[in-house]
Formats: sequence, structure tokens, C-alpha cells
Amino acid sequence: MELQVHDLAVARAGVAVLEGLSFRLLPGRALVLRGPNGIGKTTLLRTLAGLQPALAGRVSGAEAVAYAAHADGVKAVLTVAENLAFWAAAYGTADVAAALDAMNLRALADRRAANLSAGQKRRLGLARLLVTGREIWVMDEPTVSLDADSVALFAAVVRRHLQQGGSALIATHIDLGLEADVLELSPYRAKPPAAGGHVGAFDEAFE
Amino acid sequence: MIALLARDLRLAVRAGGGFGLGLAFFLLVAVIVPLGVGPEPAILAKIAPGILWVGALLSCLLSLDRIFALDFEDGSLDLLATSPMPLEGVVAMKALAHWLVTGLPLVMVAPVLALLLNLPLAGYGWLVISLAAGTPALSVIGAFGAALTVGLKRGGLLMSLLVLPLYMPTLIFGAEVVKRGLAGMDVGTPLALLAGITAGAVALLPFAAAAAIRVNLR
Repeated sequence: MELQVHDLAVARAGVAVLEGLSFRLLPGRALVLRGPNGIGKTTLLRTLAGLQPALAGRVSGAEAVAYAAHADGVKAVLTVAENLAFWAAAYGTADVAAALDAMNLRALADRRAANLSAGQKRRLGLARLLVTGREIWVMDEPTVSLDADSVALFAAVVRRHLQQGGSALIATHIDLGLEADVLELSPYRAKPPAAGGHVGAFDEAFE
Repeated sequence: MIALLARDLRLAVRAGGGFGLGLAFFLLVAVIVPLGVGPEPAILAKIAPGILWVGALLSCLLSLDRIFALDFEDGSLDLLATSPMPLEGVVAMKALAHWLVTGLPLVMVAPVLALLLNLPLAGYGWLVISLAAGTPALSVIGAFGAALTVGLKRGGLLMSLLVLPLYMPTLIFGAEVVKRGLAGMDVGTPLALLAGITAGAVALLPFAAAAAIRVNLR
């Protein structure tokens, strides 16, 4: 499945942040999004994940997206294995054991998520991507609170996913050591409506 | 879907899940009212249907803000919204889990608390029937209120203000069923209306709640 974005404009809180964005993400490729804080990386990823509507433009292939947000969505009173098993059931897959092994969570499988460290919780959050069975991984700062070994482990998992024909869209500030294309978002910063940019809901309300 | 129901039930019965909280509150209401009103059996018997229904309604209200707020805080709601499960189904399952954890236990302990309030024997059956028919509506309407206020800081009070007026028809017809049953009158009309409200709420509100969540997640 190929992710295609054509002339996309996205808005945060009704104000356009990015516009005129077009790119293609082919199977087997990774794309790293870069840009200063506040440029709209998270907003773009949430739009691609279908959590908010785009201001303008087209996205195709979004139905194959698995989204990993800032927050891991880990339930503290469930064990690591129970957390993963729920998401596996939600996506209609069953391979929890492979995901546990891939993110080095096997030894923690029966521990309650409340007792995990921040990095271990993040690993659990990323292991969720493996049980979704989706082809396009959209990840928002996946390496936050991971140590160097875990970053390498995660990079290996992404590399294997790419080899199997998947693709990855990653917003990150650090170098993962992946053979990835880099998309710098700064040139796509939205112009204010007065300068001919897109009009968001917030601007409309004050016209 | 079933996995979501199982997860929510498991979360509710584990530590800090709030299972039994509504039940304990219901018990306290039933204990406190005779202390305030006085021990005359005749007065208690007269107000028992209304008090039991108000108590059930308030204990339902108590746990509503947990339906979506906890999932919103830890990011699960975003992930549920992007999962293959339809959001309407997520809402329906969460409302069902809330009813199984809160409403169903209320239905089951109501006869015991009715004893504390000196409800005449003829009313016990109607009390259980009316609660069984009415409490699902409380959970579904509550899930709608929780969906409207999800993501708001300290939205619990606002949610109570939104939800309580919506509970009124259920309360009116629910208490009416018991009162009429006690008086030996025909309960068909209020019972049909009560069940109708429940059926309508269950059929329509998951869609409204899912729409509200989509807007709140933007």
C-alpha cells in the first residue's frame, strides 16, 4: 500500500500550519519528517491517521496506517501481555508473542504496566505497531525516553518492517540510522490568510 | 469489540477501577434518607420508590466521567479512534461495560435497600423490573454526556449538569412504574415509555456520542 499526499493543508486549533504539502511513501521506504517545534509535525501525523480532517488536499492509502502517538495508550493495571493482546484482538491479529520478542518485552510479559519504566512503557507502545498488522507505520517521536540500545532495537524492527514491504513515516529529531528519505517541513509553513494562505475555522470565526 | 468489553470489565474490577463505588454510594443514600426523614414507616413507604430511583440515578452519575476520560488521558482514545473498530461500537461497548459494572449491581441490590426504606412487598418486583428496564438508558445517556465533555479539564461537573436533565424522563417513568405497581394500578404505560426511552437511547446515542468524540479529538 502506498501513501500518497497531494497538496495537503492541515490546521491546528483552526489555524492553518502547513500547506501545499505533497509526497509519496512507497512500500519498503521510510520517510523522516523534520522541522522546528510547532511547525505542525504532530498535526500532520494526526491528519494522516484520520483523527482530524485536512483543510485541503487529498490523502490516499490512509486506511493502511497504524498510528503511534506521543502517548502510548498503555493501561497501567493490565499486564504487558494483556495490553498487547487487546490491541491484537482489536486489529484482528494474534501474534502477540512475536511482538513481545521483537521489542525485548518477553521478560516483562506478566508485569503490570504500572510498574514499567518510561522507556519500557514506550517499548510496549511501539510493540503495539507490530500487532496491528498494518503496512504504513506513522510514528510521532517514537524514540522519546528510549536508551541507546532500545533505539537500535527499534531501528532494527523498523528495518525488518521495511524489508517485508511495509513503510514508515517518522517524526523525529534524532538519527535512527535508517536509510530514510528526509522531508524538511519548514518550506511548507502556512502563510497567513492575509498573504493568500488557507483560511482555517479560527480565522473564519473572526472575519 | 468483545475484546474491548472484556478489557473495560477487567479494568473496572482491578485496583482503582471503581467497581463497587456506585454500589456503596447507593447503600449510603438508602441509609441516610431515613436518618433525615425520620423513622415513621408510613412516610418511608411512601417515598421509597422515588428515593431508590434517585439513588440509582446518582450512583450511576458518579462513575460516568471514567467512561472516556481515563482513555483520553493515557492516549488510548486516540488509538481506539484510529483502530478498525467503529467508534460507534466503541461507545456502545463502553456503555455496556458501564452498565454491567454499575447498573446491573444496582438492580440486584435494590430489593435489599428497599427493605431499609420499608417499601411494601408489592413494590419489590416492579422496582427490579423498572430498574432493569431503565438503568441501561442511564449508562448510554451518561456515555453521551461523557463523550461531550471528554478532553475538558475538570469536565465532571459540567457533565453532571448536562446529563441530569436528560435523566429526568427515565426517573419520572421509572418511579411511576413502582408507585403504580404499589397502588395496584396498571403499569403498562409508564413501563412501555421507560423501555421506549431505553431502546431509543441505545439505538441513537452511540452515534451522537461517537460524533462528539470525533470533534473533541481534533
